[in-house]
Amino acid sequence: MSKAKQPPVAHAGSDAPATSATPVMFDYAPALESRSVVEIASSYGLYIDGRFVDPVDGGSFKTINPATEEVLAEVSEASAADVDLAVSAARRAFRQSWGVMPGRERAKYLFRIARILQERSRELAVLESLDNGKPIRESRDVDVPLVAAWFFYYAGWADKLEYAGLGDHPRPLGVAAQVIPWNFPLLMLAWKVAPALAAGNTVVLKPAETTPLTALWFAEICQQAELPAGVVNIITGAGETGRALVAHPDVDKVAFTGSTDVGRQIARTVAGSSKRVTLELGGKAANIVFDDAPIDEAVEGIVNGIFFNQGHVCCAGSRLLVQESVAEEVLARLKRRMSTLRVGDPLDKNTDVGAINSAEQLARIRELSDVGEAEGAGRWAPPCELPSVGFWFPPTLFTGVSQAHRIAREEIFGPVLSVLTFRTPAEAVEKANNTPYGLSAGVWTDKGSRILWMANQLRAGVVWANTFNKFDPASPFGGYKESGYGREGGRHGLEAYIR
Amino acid sequence: MTENKSSARRTVTKAAQALASTTGAASEQRLPIRKTYKLYIGGAFPRSESGRSYVVHDAKGGFLANAALASRKDARDAVVAARKAFGGWSGRTAYNRGQVLYRVAEVMEGRRGQFAEEVQASEGVSRRGAYAAVDASVDRLVWYAGWADKIAQVVGGANAVAGPYFNFSSPEPTGVVAVVAPQESSLLGLVSVLAPVIVAGNTAVLVTSHQRPLPAIAFSEVLATSDVPGGVVNVLTGSAAEIGPWLASHMDVNAIDLSGVDDAGLATSLEEAAAGNLKRVVRPSADGAADWTADPTIDRITAFLETKTVWHPVGI
Repeated sequence: MSKAKQPPVAHAGSDAPATSATPVMFDYAPALESRSVVEIASSYGLYIDGRFVDPVDGGSFKTINPATEEVLAEVSEASAADVDLAVSAARRAFRQSWGVMPGRERAKYLFRIARILQERSRELAVLESLDNGKPIRESRDVDVPLVAAWFFYYAGWADKLEYAGLGDHPRPLGVAAQVIPWNFPLLMLAWKVAPALAAGNTVVLKPAETTPLTALWFAEICQQAELPAGVVNIITGAGETGRALVAHPDVDKVAFTGSTDVGRQIARTVAGSSKRVTLELGGKAANIVFDDAPIDEAVEGIVNGIFFNQGHVCCAGSRLLVQESVAEEVLARLKRRMSTLRVGDPLDKNTDVGAINSAEQLARIRELSDVGEAEGAGRWAPPCELPSVGFWFPPTLFTGVSQAHRIAREEIFGPVLSVLTFRTPAEAVEKANNTPYGLSAGVWTDKGSRILWMANQLRAGVVWANTFNKFDPASPFGGYKESGYGREGGRHGLEAYIR
Repeated sequence: MTENKSSARRTVTKAAQALASTTGAASEQRLPIRKTYKLYIGGAFPRSESGRSYVVHDAKGGFLANAALASRKDARDAVVAARKAFGGWSGRTAYNRGQVLYRVAEVMEGRRGQFAEEVQASEGVSRRGAYAAVDASVDRLVWYAGWADKIAQVVGGANAVAGPYFNFSSPEPTGVVAVVAPQESSLLGLVSVLAPVIVAGNTAVLVTSHQRPLPAIAFSEVLATSDVPGGVVNVLTGSAAEIGPWLASHMDVNAIDLSGVDDAGLATSLEEAAAGNLKRVVRPSADGAADWTADPTIDRITAFLETKTVWHPVGI
């Protein structure tokens, strides 16, 4: 694995406010997390009915490390025939084991899985960073701990469903078809699988084609937990596999996290059926900074909001709305802070911004950024030397962005921030809500009444006030408008899996 | 009335008796004033901008009225009115919305006779059956009215997150909801689908029963006189097959209730069109025949609610 180059000593230069000194930069020694904790086989089958099996048609594809472009493993591509086998296995398990098992027994299996996830957390974190490109600091401190927490939380619901306020006789739906994205591979699996199993459903899950490995590890964890065969089935593949799964006639429930365009296709596919659907789709969140906000905290929140996970976050704070009176100061401090972000090797514990997940995604980020420049917005990125192999994009911001610009309307899904200004709270609300999306929003101000007023006005499913990008299994997450429907997390998350 | 009065007055003159019998005869023959059944959009009662109407029959096939045949333009006007009303209606306090809905029930109670006649003529049920439907409709409004300031406590709440954060979830209305009202149950069905939409702060564009649209217009008159702001409920008489696709594909409609779509093929195509902007969809009941006399649940309220979760750090 090639070592990413250190970002050069960065200087805020002429953008730094005159009053603040140029930051003292230290030359970090690399602090690499060892990848020896993970042994990756050269190829993987599909996990159907409790066993790893070869695909019917024998198709396969490769998954690579986006930081090095090195092939990590060859993974099976499930065809419609494999989907059929997986759904049949899930149906059998629903009828014979999981669907008829007392909730307290289901709970014990889920607690067991949560514990194994904790035991193998280091291995999972390294694997996630290898396959996804996210910094080990995030996979270790955010993704994997939340994965375990999600199972621990929903485990406790399995024998308490009648207290969830979802009717007197809550019953599972049956077989759930779940399709998840590449930005938080294992975490999205947890969001989907934990509530489904707690409620007594069985699942067929398809991870994204660029990040299939942690889902296959999870399959092995199910084996370690001695989860009955067929309760969890993992089929790898790309869009075609997902389409076959969602359209399968014996599926009772479809849960999808991904792009709004694919969400629309899924909503069309299930029309006229009795399948239940939840969709967690795109976003273009406004992160709103008022003039009375603690600026340094707000700057940290802005950075976390858009550069966390390389900006591959549906709820990323990709539109910064800053009050005109403090815009200059916020921008100066933001640029200074961006200059200290370390871009590079995901396995280096010092890395803040890792690799872009795929060549395809990198091309989209580049294209939209070029459009931003062509439409007249001012582009800025700190001096930042990027590794020569792998997929990389520097933390970037655009100033002078108007609401009509494509970079203010379309989801870039990368480390690119569009900066707009406002004068009054009403204008901030108007601009924040001026989007077909409605997933999340951020508000930074010291005034309590204004926080609550803003929270009321913003048409978004999650509002972070004086914080950003916080997640918890007890906290419902999901969007308004074209960001999808249904909630994941909390008591609300059970509703998607109960009739 | 006149006959009763004249029989009670035994001392009146012959002339007066003659006058009384004359007026009595005249009232028996009096030509009734018919009502022009129009649309209800933005708090006003316009005709269809298309100038079209269609004949509405009673259950025996007799002529009842010419109802306005709503067009695509009427549907769009209704969406504009509903969107305009959304901010104000959703911004009312829940207590106030509950009182307004209760007021609708009060006004309707005072017009039970009229509604019973409308329902009897439209549905061909007995007088007793018609009164039962009206009474159930009034009672349903009262039931839903009470939910206005309780639903947030039932479906929202504090979330115990693993960190120093205040975190709570509360329900908010989805926005503009298109509703296709049930075809058979012209009043009780209509109230049963409309009340849960508006009680939580949504605004509605409602397509009435095609064959039995008249009670819905009489109901609109109740809405217009019950402090329900104009535009909160907009009522279109006509065909769901014609107007439905425009509402299902309208980009400023947030949700659609297909409860009144009897044709499975049409329901599927409307659900497909609704995917364009990811509308929340309530499908028609799977077995085809919903029982509107059954006690409702909160499912119809929650179908048109969003959950908003707010985080704030806790600290000194």
